[in-house]
Amino acid sequence: MWKHFTIVVGRDLRIAFRNPGDFLNPLMFFVIITCLFPLGIGSSPQQLAEVAPGIVWVTALLSTLLGLEGLFKQDFEDGSLEQLCLAPTPLSLLAFGKITAHWLIYGLPIVIMSPLIGVLLHLDSQAFVTLVLSLLLGTPSLSLIGAIGVGLTAGLRRGGVLLTLLILPLYIPILIFGASAIQSAALGFDATGQLYILSSLLVLSLITTPFATAAAIRITIN
Amino acid sequence: MTIKQTFHKLGSPRSFDRLASILIPWFLSISVLLFATGLYGGLVYAPADYQQGDSFRIIYVHVPAAWMSMFCYVLLAASGAVTLIWRMKLADVVARAIAPLGASFTFIALFTGSIWGKPMWGTYWVWDARLTSELILLFLYFGFMALQAAIDDRKNAAKAGALLALVGVINLPIIHFSVEWWNTLHQGATVTKFDSPSIATSMLIPLLIMFAAFKTYFFAIMLIRARAELLWSERKAKWVCEHPEVRQ
Repeated sequence: MWKHFTIVVGRDLRIAFRNPGDFLNPLMFFVIITCLFPLGIGSSPQQLAEVAPGIVWVTALLSTLLGLEGLFKQDFEDGSLEQLCLAPTPLSLLAFGKITAHWLIYGLPIVIMSPLIGVLLHLDSQAFVTLVLSLLLGTPSLSLIGAIGVGLTAGLRRGGVLLTLLILPLYIPILIFGASAIQSAALGFDATGQLYILSSLLVLSLITTPFATAAAIRITIN
Repeated sequence: MTIKQTFHKLGSPRSFDRLASILIPWFLSISVLLFATGLYGGLVYAPADYQQGDSFRIIYVHVPAAWMSMFCYVLLAASGAVTLIWRMKLADVVARAIAPLGASFTFIALFTGSIWGKPMWGTYWVWDARLTSELILLFLYFGFMALQAAIDDRKNAAKAGALLALVGVINLPIIHFSVEWWNTLHQGATVTKFDSPSIATSMLIPLLIMFAAFKTYFFAIMLIRARAELLWSERKAKWVCEHPEVRQ
């Protein structure tokens, strides 16, 4: 069964690497948006450092959403999503494979890129480890929760804006704990509490969202 | 009659229509009566607050609306569960009737809260935990309605909305507690006057009456909306064509 999971992951990764623009664009978006904030707020390092945790998390959230839109779209249009539904392997597992691939393509680069953003926003250097850790624990949840919304809107013509409307309210807990972890670390406090909560949210989404996503896909395919 | 038979009977559009047409006048008249007593009690009978004066009286609209906003979402999710599990068409009709009502209650709670906040807190809006979760609840309602409106096929829209409502209701407590935690971390509790259960009985009784009034009002309007929705979706059925209240 896990063989099919790895096949789905491999397929999606291969497709992504053949169109590098697809996964580079959300990453560029992430970098450009964070660069807009100093231009809008002002370049005072102190001020930037204060708002940096929130900026990093909000932009990470938006770029994840940007990448999510295409998660099932192409497969829905060319019919391969239907084939996945018909496969004897549980759809939830295959959907989980697609989400995993999505996170590797869109989430992981954000995590890797985040220290650079931290430097640009004058984030206190003692918060860098927490910055990376919080994104590492939080962004998979974003992909997992978002997949439910993508499953529901994949068949719609203008699903993109609708997707943000459905999903963003559900992202709020992750945003709160992610940003506050970095904030605590920047102030020199212990951030393990927030990181634990982020991990528990991740576990909760890991065990529940693949099933909800599978149900959503079946509704869309119907 | 067994439970299953009752369930089936209630699920049939025709008997629901008949039941609703009997219940609606009752709910409406009881609600009007309760509103009259509740408003009299709240605006005249209840004494003015020793700190807030007369402006506290807005709670007689604000608090029931806030309660109803959450009640409606739970009901929405419950009818979503019925849609997904038993594929009952009626549950979808009810969900469609509930969503805009719930959103309106949420809006009323936010609006009345903000006009009360201006003289009391000196500002229309604070990022207080309760206000924030109420605002997010409004967004969840908007998401549900937008999704239902975007999907043309009725059956698919019903199932998609049901799934979204269920996901939302699981998330709602998580959102609520995280927002509460976020708020306590950022700024100390600004004003938590409502938290203290010390409310005088003369103030409490009108509040409870108003709550009952809101609830009966909700059921009346929900049934009217559901009935109209049902008649429209069954407009080709014979029983609707022969319906005495339907003009062709």
